[in-house]
Parts: sequence; C-alpha cells; structure tokens
Amino acid sequence: MVMLLGGCNLRVLDPQGTVGEQQRDLIILSIIFMLIIVLVVFILLTYFLVKYREREGHRGYDPDIDGSVKLEVVWTVVPIIIVTILSVPTVYTIFNIEEVPEANTEEEEPLVIHATSANWKWIFSYPEEDIETVNYINIPAERPVLFRLTSADSMASFWVPQLGGQRYNMAGMQTELYLQAGEEGTYYGRNANFTGEGFAEMRFDVNAIDETEFNEWVTDVQEEAPQLTQETYDQFMVPGHVEEYTFSGTHLEWVDHALDPEYALEARARQGYEPIHPHASEAPDDVPTWDIDVDTDVTERQESYIEENQESDSHHHHH
Amino acid sequence: MDPAWDEFIITGEPFILAGQIAILVTTIGIIFILTYFKKWKWLWNEWITTPDHRKIGIMYIIASLLMMIRAGVDAMMMRTQLAAPNMPFLGEAQHYNEIFTTHGTIMIIFVATPFLIGLMNVAVPLQIGARDVAFPFVNNLSFWTFFWGAMLFNISFVIGGAPDAGWSAYMPLASNDLSMGPGQNFYLLGLQISGIGTLATGINLVTTIIKMRAKGMTLMRMPMFTWTTLITSLIIIGSFPILTVALAMQTFDRLWDAAFFTLQDGGMPMMWVNLFWLWGHPEVYIVILPAFGIFSEIITTFARKRLFGYTSMVFAIAAISGLSFLVWVHHFFTMGAGPMVNSFFSISTMAIAVPTGVKIFNWLATLHRGRIRFNVPMVWALGFIPNFTIGGVTGVMLAMAAADYQYHNTYFLVSHFHYVLIAGTIFGCFAGTIYWWPKMFGVKLNERLGHWVFWLFMIGFNVTFFPQYFLGLDGMPRRIYTYFPEDGWFSLNFLSTVGAYMMGFAFVLLVYNMYYSYRYEKRETSGDAWGGRTLEWATSSAIPPHYNFAQIPEVKDQDAFWQMKQEGVDPNGVEEYQDVHMPNHSGNPFVMCVFMFIGGFGLVFHWWTIGIIGALGIFACMIQRSFSRDDGHIVSAEEVRKEEAEIREGQANENG
Ligand code: HEM
Ligand SMILES: [Cu+2]
Repeated sequence: MVMLLGGCNLRVLDPQGTVGEQQRDLIILSIIFMLIIVLVVFILLTYFLVKYREREGHRGYDPDIDGSVKLEVVWTVVPIIIVTILSVPTVYTIFNIEEVPEANTEEEEPLVIHATSANWKWIFSYPEEDIETVNYINIPAERPVLFRLTSADSMASFWVPQLGGQRYNMAGMQTELYLQAGEEGTYYGRNANFTGEGFAEMRFDVNAIDETEFNEWVTDVQEEAPQLTQETYDQFMVPGHVEEYTFSGTHLEWVDHALDPEYALEARARQGYEPIHPHASEAPDDVPTWDIDVDTDVTERQESYIEENQESDSHHHHH
Repeated sequence: MDPAWDEFIITGEPFILAGQIAILVTTIGIIFILTYFKKWKWLWNEWITTPDHRKIGIMYIIASLLMMIRAGVDAMMMRTQLAAPNMPFLGEAQHYNEIFTTHGTIMIIFVATPFLIGLMNVAVPLQIGARDVAFPFVNNLSFWTFFWGAMLFNISFVIGGAPDAGWSAYMPLASNDLSMGPGQNFYLLGLQISGIGTLATGINLVTTIIKMRAKGMTLMRMPMFTWTTLITSLIIIGSFPILTVALAMQTFDRLWDAAFFTLQDGGMPMMWVNLFWLWGHPEVYIVILPAFGIFSEIITTFARKRLFGYTSMVFAIAAISGLSFLVWVHHFFTMGAGPMVNSFFSISTMAIAVPTGVKIFNWLATLHRGRIRFNVPMVWALGFIPNFTIGGVTGVMLAMAAADYQYHNTYFLVSHFHYVLIAGTIFGCFAGTIYWWPKMFGVKLNERLGHWVFWLFMIGFNVTFFPQYFLGLDGMPRRIYTYFPEDGWFSLNFLSTVGAYMMGFAFVLLVYNMYYSYRYEKRETSGDAWGGRTLEWATSSAIPPHYNFAQIPEVKDQDAFWQMKQEGVDPNGVEEYQDVHMPNHSGNPFVMCVFMFIGGFGLVFHWWTIGIIGALGIFACMIQRSFSRDDGHIVSAEEVRKEEAEIREGQANENG
C-alpha cells in the first residue's frame, strides 16, 4: 500500500500546481496519522484474539472487569489530541486556498475565466481578453487563474484533479476557485457532480502553455475566431454534447447565468426544444452531439482550431 | 399527465423485460401456493394483522432481505457495467442512472433502516422484559407503510420509469425541467409513505423503552442494544420530520409548480441540498447506532465478559447523536460557503471520530481477559472492528474540508461510505439476524456454512471497495456509467467487480443457509441458545410464548440474565400465574396502507381521481379506528399456566 501511495501515479497525489500541492500535503499527513490508528487497532485486535481465544489451559479470564476510568480517559484524550493536531493544518489550508496562489511570474494579477456548465458541456469566458471557448481552456502556466463558476441549469462541479480540488457550479450563484498550473501540459478536467444522462462525458482539457504563446493565441482568437452571437450561444443551451469551439466575444454581454437562472430554459423554449420522457419510443438511445451553426465565413479557421486542440488532447497527461 | 402506453409500461429493455417476467411469475407462483395449500387465512390471521412485535420484526427482516436482493442485483449490474472501459452491457447512461439511483435509495431506505427496525422489534421488548411495544397497532401500521412505500418505489422500473437523479435527488436536476416523466414522483411518494412508518416507529420505541421496562431495570442497567435503539429513535424523531417536509416541498414543485427549489421563479436549489442532508446525516447514524448496539451484545456474549466502559459507551452514543445534527454541511463543503463555515464543520465532523474511537477501544478492551468463542455472530462482530475502523479513518480524511475538495464526488467517498455502511450496518444486520435467529425460528443457522459466508463476504467486500479509494485518488468520479481506456482505471475497476461477485455469491449462500438450517438443523430446546446475558435469553422456550414472559422478571444487574444464572435464579420459576393483557389483531393498518399506495400511485401520474380515492380510503380507515373500542384481550392465568406446562413437558421429552 505504501508502494501504491509512494508510487504517485494517482492524479490527486501528483499535483502540478501550488493549490493541488497543498491539498496533497494535507492528504499525506492525514494518511500517516490514519495508518497509525489503523495499525494500533489491528495489532490490539489480533493480540487479544490470539491470547484470549478459548482453548486448553486458558488463562487470565476475568468476567467481571467492567471498565477503567484511567484507560477510558486515555482513549478519549488521545483522539482529541489527534483531531486537534489535524484541525490546525486543515483550517490553515482551507483559508490559504481561498487566496491568490503564489506564482513566480511577472504577471501577478490572476487571469479571470468564467466557467459555466450547461448540460453537458463547459463554456469558458475570458472577460478581459473578450474571448470564449467551449470544452477546453488554454491558460498560461505559472500564472494564477481565478475561475468564476456558475451553471446554466443543473448543479455541476468544476474539477481539475491535478491542479486542485473541485467547487460547485450553481445556477443563480457565483462561486470562485483559484487554481494554478506549475508546469506546461494538458490536464484532465471534468464535471464531478452528477447532472444526468451526459454526465460521464462532460469533460474538458486544460492546456497550460507558455505565457507568450498564450498571449499570441489570445490575439489570434480575437482577430480570427468567429464572433459569438446570442443565436449561436443559445444552441449551446440545448442539452447534448458538442465538440470544442472557439469564439471572439463572450456571452457575458447578454447573460450572466449567476444572475439569471432561467436563461437556459428560456433559450430552449425559444428554439422549440421539449424534454422527452426517457422511456418514450422516440427518445434517442444516446445523448446527441450537436453541430453548432457558427457564422459561416470564418468556419474554416474554426475547424483548424478544433483540429489543433484535438491533437493536443489525444495524449492525456500521464506519468 | 397522460402518459402514452409506451411511457406507462416500460418496454424495449431486456433487463426490465426480465424483471417484468420475474414479477409476473413470482406473483402467480405465490398466489398459486397460497391457494393450493389453503394458506390465505393463515397469512391474514397470523401475519398480516398481527400486533406481535416478534412477528412484525420477522416481516421487516424478510421484506428487507427481499429488498436487499433487488438492490443487490442493481449493484451487480453496475459493477458489470464498470468492469471495463466502454462496456456495452447496459447500453446507455439512462439505464445506469436509474440503477444507481434505485440501488442507493433502496439500500438506505428499504434495507438498512427497516432491517434494523426489524431487529429492534424482535429483541427490544424482550430485552426490557415487556410483553410487546407500547403501541402494537401503530407498530403493524408502521410495517405496512414501509412495505407499501417500498412497493410503490419498486414498481417504478416496470411502470412509468425509475427515478434517475440519485438517492440525494438534488434539485434542479430532479425538477420537471430536467427529469421528465413520473420516475422522480415515485421516489417522492414512496419515501413519503414509508417515512410515516419510520417516524411512528421512533415514537413507539421511545415510549416502549421509557415506560415499559421490567422492575429494577434502571436506564443505566439497560442492555446496550436497547440504549442504541432509544437514542436512534430520538434521532428519528428529530430528523425524519425534516425529510417529510423536504419531500413534500419537492412533491409540490413537481406536481403543482410550487417553485421551492426550481430554476424558475426564484426557487432555491441549495435549500434542498441543506434540507436533504439535515436529515441525511442523522440518517447515517440512525443506521449505524443500532449496529453498534448489536455488536456490543454479541461481543460481551461470546467474550463472556461484561461490556468494558458501559457508562462511556452510553455517553459516546449520546454524543454521537447530538453531533450528528451539527455536521450536515460536510456533504457539500464544495458549495463554497466560505472558509469559516467549512472550518467549523470540519472540526465538528472530526469531533465525531472521538466518541467513535472511544467505542472501538472499549470493544477491544472487552475482548481483553475474555474467553472468546468464535461462533458465527461473533466473527461478524470481530470483522466489523478492523473494517469499520478503515471506514472511520477515511471519514476523518473526508472531514478535512481542504482535502475533501479532492475526494468529494469520487470513488474515494463511495469507498468510505461502503466501509461504514457494509462493515458497520450490514455486518450488524447479518450478525444480529444470526444471533437472534434462534429467538425467531427456534433453530440456529448452520455454523460451517456461516463461516464460509462470512469469509467470502468479508474478503469480497475488501476486494470490491479497497481499490475504490485509489480510483478516487486517481480522479474517477462516482455515478459515471462508463470511462475510457486512456483514463487508466481499468484494472482496479475489474478487481472491484470480481469482489462484488464474491459478495453476491456469499449472500446467496447466506439465504441458502436459512433454508438449509430450517430443514436440517437441530431445534433449540431452551431459550438460551448462546449463553446469553440479557433478558431475551431468559424466556421459557426457544421461541418465546406470545406473551413473552409468564411473569416479568426482576432486574438486578446490567447483565440481568447472566447475573440470575450466576445466582441460580430461575426466571421462569413462577409461583403464582396471573392474567396477561395482550393486544388484538387488526386488519385496519393493512387496508389503510393499501389506500396510501393507491393514492400515491395516482399522484405519481397526476391522476387526481385516484389520488382522492386513496385519501378518502385513508380517512375512512382512520375514522373506523377512532370510533372502535379496542382494549385488547386477557389471557387468563390458567391459560398461561397450561402453556408454560406444555413448554416444560416438551423440553423434558426432548432432553429425555
Ligand atoms: C468517524 C465517523 C465519520 C466521519 C468523520 C464521516 C465523514 C464523512 C464526510 C466528511 C462525508 C462527506 C464526504 C463528501 O461528500 O465529500 C461523508 C459521507 C458519507 N458518509 Fe460518513 N463519516 C463517518 C461515519 C459514517 C458512518 C458511520 C456512516 C453510515 C453508516 C457514514 C455514511 C456516509 C455516507 C452514506 C456518505 C455519503 C453520502 C452520499 O454522498 O451519497 N459515515 N462521511
Ligand atoms: Cu455525513
């Protein structure tokens, strides 16, 4: 078991950023304490069972012992001490990961990305850069990122295991999560909270790239990606899967789901979408993957983005 | 709602078709057997209408075992689907989602809870030297609400479609906007109906334990199982009303657009999450505390020693029950309530580990200087200690909020709660059933088969769930119906599935052992099958006479019966028999609950007429009961004397 833990090919125990590292340290610390407790219990149990099992020449039987204040105090106080010891780093870490993660880049200000879940896709808006991506993000390595989370419909949970723990996306609410990638690479991100039929595939890639490369990419997108229109955007509100997309402009111009939890349902109604009884004979077997109708003149550019991104996503980050 | 036929009777799924055929065949089979052997009357008079706590307990246990089979088949199907990446076994996500939802809901609501209530029914009145519970009519009613609630929930998979939003039914996913069809309505009404019974049982047992203890049994002389039953019943009274209200609110949302938790019209989905766990966390203690009690009884009996630290055990369960209402937020640390809130609930949750730890060490100390016998109930109790400890320490890891952001919603969490629920609650149910089996049926379960069941189940359990901690740490979320080869989760999942089949096989063997032992094992001759320490073993015969005790024994010690044996007192050495007052049978609760079922079924499909018929039927039953005089009946001293003499004669024949 120690081998397995030490082996560290488990994503959560192999973090690639300061937030995930703090959580890993806390986890390892707790595992050590817990192993000691488990060991004590296992050893005492085995010892008593061997020694006091009924057998020939049984010794030490005393049916009338009914307690010992001294011992009982010991095993009340020792757990209290352990819990106290564990509380200190727990509370410290809880508060610490609400702060901007430390980073050694010139760019101190965190990059802000709005991550919006909508059954069953991820929509990312970069308000400062005025661009939007779907089902993937590019972030500069090293630089801290502030995710502002919300949902268009059911409650999701934004999670990139190698960068740090998750947080809920809720319609009509905004939650915040700081993450930071220490190394360049592509990380697996996903929705961790059950949202219905398309939940298992509700994933996205996080591409941590060099700062200058990131800036170039942003300029490229601003200049060449299709402009996001409300009509295009509304198509994403219909339940189903989509491929990766890239746009200039963000949907924050006409809706912030943190302030308007009804938007998605209205957008569905506008497009004539009606939910189907899951067992009705006309219900599709699989969750559909929609082709979003993007303004035509720039689609070629768009496709090349998709291709590039698919290339990088075919080799997942594994150690 | 007017469902089309293809939406009403579910078609086109091979597994559901198999289920439909199985239901049909079993129903016809049961009707045939009952008619052929002329057993209808017997069933009605001896069981359906019975006020007898022991028989009601047996019915609870049988129904829970049947539910365990249903939810166990769900589990096998889930594990098969997850055995390898991209498995085509269940076809699509929808089917998997329905299965994990019904698995979780049934295991918690229709297995763990009623199973333990069944054992309480069997043992508690005997342990406190009572003739029955305080409200035998209500007890029968509680059972039938559970049964018909469970039936309403269970038919969903063949009629209308099963719920598919998880056992926690988070809004807005479970709202009409995102969960079409009647599935979720089955969940709401099935749980509502059975919840009535659970709450009534809580009140019933508190009253019984407070008011009906034998002379000399002070609170601090009560057996541990009685103590845990008392505390559990108090938690039920504190928490089930929250569930009732929350379910009603969601029902109003779905049936009448009330918008309590919806996306539109200012609904607050987070409020559902809070209400659910305000009930949900106490509920997990409702299903563990009685198991703690069972293990205390078994460990003292087979180590043949007094319980170590009785007083601190009582304080520990009291502390756990108090804390259990102060930790609900740990189920959604990731909601972002802020670091102060999360710190508070981290610490309150970790605090629960303290009384739990006290209990573990008290059990260990009870073994110290004992003379330990390894009968089957005892091996389950001993297996509980190390396995539950693993579940407990991983609970503490989950309680550390900053770390929980990484475990939440993953297989790490799944593994935690199966380590506590299986190694705690289910081991406890099995141990208790095997321990009190001779009290129920007058025969012990075969010990050799019993040991096989234990080892297969215990090893299978670890093979299933230990790998899941690592899957969770590798980023595998719960509730996904499939994964990809690139994820790298194949080998551990495969192992987990192998373990699940082992557990399934062990369970089948356990059920077989019940049949086998009933046919072939030697009948018990005395009331004291294991060398017991508490009053349930002091009855005059193996299966206690229907009035339990001809004369209520007087209690002078925590281990009342053990002390009598030490001092050579015969609890059944009655000098002068007296009249015994016993409750009457009644068919009213059964009929009332059938109306609950009918009304609930109507509401599920928005068929208001049927709903109203159900409601009227319920009221009619209530009125009938309210205006009929029922003071029970008297079993005369002479009859008691005769019955006791017969028991003694029978024992003399067996022994001679
Ligand atoms: C030492 C005692 C325990 C501690 C500290 C503890 C802690 C926790 C925490 C923090 C969670 C939430 C984790 C998350 O969702 O991320 C959790 C979940 C859970 N625990 Fe425990 N726990 C303990 C004992 C138990 C017991 C005795 C049971 C029941 C027999 C239990 C059953 C559950 C269940 C069913 C869930 C998950 C429910 C769900 O999300 O579906 N736990 N526990
Ligand atoms: Cu909890």
